[in-house]
Amino acid sequence: MNRLILTTICGLVFGAPAFAQSTGDLGIVVERATGSLLVVDQSDRARIGRIEGLGDLSHASLVYSPDQQFAFVFGRDGGLTKVDILSQTIVARVMQAGNSIGGAISDDGKLVAVSNYEPGGVRIFDTATLEMVADIPTGSKTIGLVDIPGSRFVFTLWDDGETWIADMSSGTPEITKIKDIGINPYDALVTADGRTYITGLFGEDHLTALDLWQETPEPQPILQGYGKGREGLPVYKMPHLEGWALAGGEFVLPAVGQHEVLWVDARSLQETGRTPTHGQPVFAMSRPDGRHVWVNFAHPLNDTIQVIDSTTKAVIHEFSPGPGVLHMEFTPRGHEVWLSVRDAGKVMIYDTQTFEKLREIEADSPSGIFFTARAHRLGL
Amino acid sequence: MNKVFAFLFLASAAIAGDRAAVDGPALERLVKQDCGSCHGLTLKGGLGPDIRPDSLAHHDPETLGTIILDGIPGTAMPPWRPLLTKAEVEWVVTYLLTGVAE
Repeated sequence: MNRLILTTICGLVFGAPAFAQSTGDLGIVVERATGSLLVVDQSDRARIGRIEGLGDLSHASLVYSPDQQFAFVFGRDGGLTKVDILSQTIVARVMQAGNSIGGAISDDGKLVAVSNYEPGGVRIFDTATLEMVADIPTGSKTIGLVDIPGSRFVFTLWDDGETWIADMSSGTPEITKIKDIGINPYDALVTADGRTYITGLFGEDHLTALDLWQETPEPQPILQGYGKGREGLPVYKMPHLEGWALAGGEFVLPAVGQHEVLWVDARSLQETGRTPTHGQPVFAMSRPDGRHVWVNFAHPLNDTIQVIDSTTKAVIHEFSPGPGVLHMEFTPRGHEVWLSVRDAGKVMIYDTQTFEKLREIEADSPSGIFFTARAHRLGL
Repeated sequence: MNKVFAFLFLASAAIAGDRAAVDGPALERLVKQDCGSCHGLTLKGGLGPDIRPDSLAHHDPETLGTIILDGIPGTAMPPWRPLLTKAEVEWVVTYLLTGVAE
């Protein structure tokens, strides 16, 4: 009898799949002004909880552990916070720098790296404990930090125009420095295969690509002179480069100081076209299947979204979700998209085929939206 | 009649740079959200420098106003003249120097 009870209890506690909560369709919405996170369920189109006490989350981003249970949140104030999205609690938190701008998790899930403005450089932490395992000062504000295979991280120096590759496979960082990336690189992306690292430049009229499959990657200018002969418009918000650039066989990239997105062939890196847009693009994000590209815009035109067909490169849909559209996140297979509409205090969910609005979720100054499917993609 | 009066009032206010024509809460939000996209939501700096009152104290208001209106060529600081009136820039300068929204 006792054994039966014990077996039942053990079954409930340890072996009861009926009680297990899956995380594959969950996500997190950053509430930038209040230092809180909303835990959301993408299938139910609902918020299911809030985690508070994360400090200054303006421009915050996060990455997920391989099991999609934990998120590592990079706050603007240098805070690195590990949260458990099942228990909706903070597991660990360290103030690792004074001023930070994003991070990355290694391919094996064991290391999390943070890109810092102050002090400039990258710091790398053990994901289990948040203990620092490496400090890589650069003497420059550091941007565009991504992971690539082999426990390596790639990042770029705003002040010095260099890209560094930090190989952590031996436990201590081995650094490869690549010079002459260009003047004032503001952000960078790596493609989902980990091969092409594209850096956006504020100070020059082109972008720079690196083929990370080369033994010694050489900087290759792409889209040279894309703004030539035209007046550069004031830039009120730097564009973002994210690993959602591949649309069909081309990369789609935001222009700086121009109202357009730029297209390059993914293999030859030669320009294949330009699409005039409503304003200066901030994000140009390819839907996961690549067929459409969704674009949002810088202040003061940040109430609008345009959708571009990647076969014709024409704008096929335009609408105004509301004031301050900051970020977009597609469901993993792209059937829906979630938009953060900061000044409306809402996350809005749209069908990507019909463009119909499906649901609004209340949120306090929402910015970044991150679904757990990111856990299984390089460079996100 | 009232409409005409209102129009005349707004027009003269705009010409005189009257502070009554300035929307303080909207400007405060602009400083935090849009200046903040480079200088940080708390203005302590990001890609752009720290612009909290202590850091700006050694600048005179006129210089700051000119920087906001015309930007700093060769840097990422854009000119805000296309988006802000002189009166609005004056409000922003006072706000940045004092940290207090009027």
